[in-house]
Amino acid sequence: MDSSALPTPIKKRSTSLSGYLAVGPGLLWLTILLAIPCLSLVAMALASRGQYGEVVWSFSLENLRRLIGFGLFGWSPDLFYILLRSLLLATITTLLCVLIAYPLTFHMASRRPSIRVFWLILVIVPFWTNVVVRSYGWLLILGPQLPPARLAAFLGFIPPGSALYPGTLAVYLGMVTTFLPFMALPLYASVERLDREILEAARDLYANPFLVFWRVTLPQTTPGLSVGIIMTFVPAMAMFVVTDILGGAKYMFIGNLIQQQFSQARDWPFGAALSLGLMILTLLSLGFRRLKAPGQKDPFPL
Amino acid sequence: MVAQINKSFGNHHVLRDVSLAVSKGEFFTLLGPSGCGKTTLLRLIAGLELPDSGSIFLGGQDVTTVPANKRQVNTVFQSYALFPHLNVLENIAFGLKARKVDPVTIKHKVDRMLETLRLSDLSKRFPSQISGGQKQRVALARALVNEPNVLLLDEPMSALDPHLRTQVQAELLELHRQIDTTFIMVTHDQGEAMFMGGHLAVMRDGQMVQMGTPREVYSRPKNKFVAEFLWGANILLATRDGDRMMTTLGPLKTDDQVSWSQGHLAIRPELIVLEDELARPKDNLVRAKVIQAIYRGASVELLLDPGPVKVVTSPRFNPQPGETVSLFIPSADLVALEGQAA
Repeated sequence: MDSSALPTPIKKRSTSLSGYLAVGPGLLWLTILLAIPCLSLVAMALASRGQYGEVVWSFSLENLRRLIGFGLFGWSPDLFYILLRSLLLATITTLLCVLIAYPLTFHMASRRPSIRVFWLILVIVPFWTNVVVRSYGWLLILGPQLPPARLAAFLGFIPPGSALYPGTLAVYLGMVTTFLPFMALPLYASVERLDREILEAARDLYANPFLVFWRVTLPQTTPGLSVGIIMTFVPAMAMFVVTDILGGAKYMFIGNLIQQQFSQARDWPFGAALSLGLMILTLLSLGFRRLKAPGQKDPFPL
Repeated sequence: MVAQINKSFGNHHVLRDVSLAVSKGEFFTLLGPSGCGKTTLLRLIAGLELPDSGSIFLGGQDVTTVPANKRQVNTVFQSYALFPHLNVLENIAFGLKARKVDPVTIKHKVDRMLETLRLSDLSKRFPSQISGGQKQRVALARALVNEPNVLLLDEPMSALDPHLRTQVQAELLELHRQIDTTFIMVTHDQGEAMFMGGHLAVMRDGQMVQMGTPREVYSRPKNKFVAEFLWGANILLATRDGDRMMTTLGPLKTDDQVSWSQGHLAIRPELIVLEDELARPKDNLVRAKVIQAIYRGASVELLLDPGPVKVVTSPRFNPQPGETVSLFIPSADLVALEGQAA
């Protein structure tokens, strides 16, 4: 049998001076904007708060202790709850985005090219609007005088004359509309490249619609899906604007906590430690990207 | 099998009252230029499209509205449509797994299929790691392992190198001989349709034009389209004058029944007999001037005036351009085509 079709390994190029020069600007960029801030974050996390909220540059593991839940009065589950709440919010938001993005991107990809552009614009434009503005927009839409709230009142879900916010529905409406573009755009890139004939082949080979999705569509769109999940999940973990505005600031999320440390609490070192913790969580979630369909090229190589 | 099928996409009427009967175990070929609706017809049989009207029967059962995944029909797609994330083995096992066949049977059937199509060494490779010919065999194996009643092949050779095609065509015929599955193949290649030997149907603009054995369709084309599409016959415009057809070549006789007063006659280039010199006068003997003579090795191709008429003859003849030759056009081979000419 001929083996000429086997992929030949790409030859490794020897690194030379010109190679270093070529990556130089990028390296400089990464050093200034990524490496140095990250290192100072670590340094800050290992410092502590002075009496008047100033940063005291003495090495201390106090913040890491606080990070795992030990406070002034011993261990408390508060931080753990906050983390869990943020995780839950981010997970549900991501899940909802996936559920909406699949039909949406399939619909988009099956349109004529000119109409596809229109749909892409529809998805992208909200993403250009500031999240605070958008959340206040939802407040208006969900206000007591408008049809959504009236309908809910008519059906008996809320007392007459009240608004649909603050509440879970409002929060998830805000969250999903904020993060949908982050899910839909990378997924669209995968769905658009999906070979429709392969889906037909699966149908032809006795697969019912569920099996077609599970055994063909999903593995073929994993690259876009995993990028979408990361791009939704990670910022959703740190989100506090939407939950504050549409959720009535009743519950604390990681994002609120970090924001507090840098403002009201004036405890930058603990804020830094919290951010660091969130970053580590993010990096762990990047490991998820290893799930990649072997046959499909990764459209977003990291 | 397929009765009175109509199908439109938007304003485009792709199939018009198409009917087709294929007997069990046959190798049937649908032949037509691209855009004639043959692939759509195949997709309707597969269940990947629904007809606007008409019915589809498989083994006497009406399957018109049965979804693709519940039809005992499998397809070899033009691009093969192998699952890129599955290896050869998993690709072939897909259909059996989807039908929840027990793993032991799956393994047995897949192994036998791998062997039949000489794919055993490639079972762990992914589609991106095998050649076009190998992909085609995987696509065939993936369809045939399900033991379908009908195997549909959508231009299965079009993605192959020309030198591979003849070999693969022979292999396909051999495979068909071994199993009793009905094969329906779509192609735009006349040679391929002829080679496969079974019945063929010529389609044009969503309509069936002619059906029959390759010999029938080739030697007795029904109309101008079929005559030209199958290796371009000579078409002569003729006016009827009693039993004589007046053409640019001169008066000719045909054995066919002629229904028009003015219409077209067709004669295959290789059925025109070139006479060395004027023999005894007889019917259907005409004279023409050589415009071009092409030596093909096994044959000589002449382009003659008036006409231009093409003649394929033995390389024994060596007429030069400008020379006048005599042609005998056998009345039995002169086909009267349907349709009155304007």
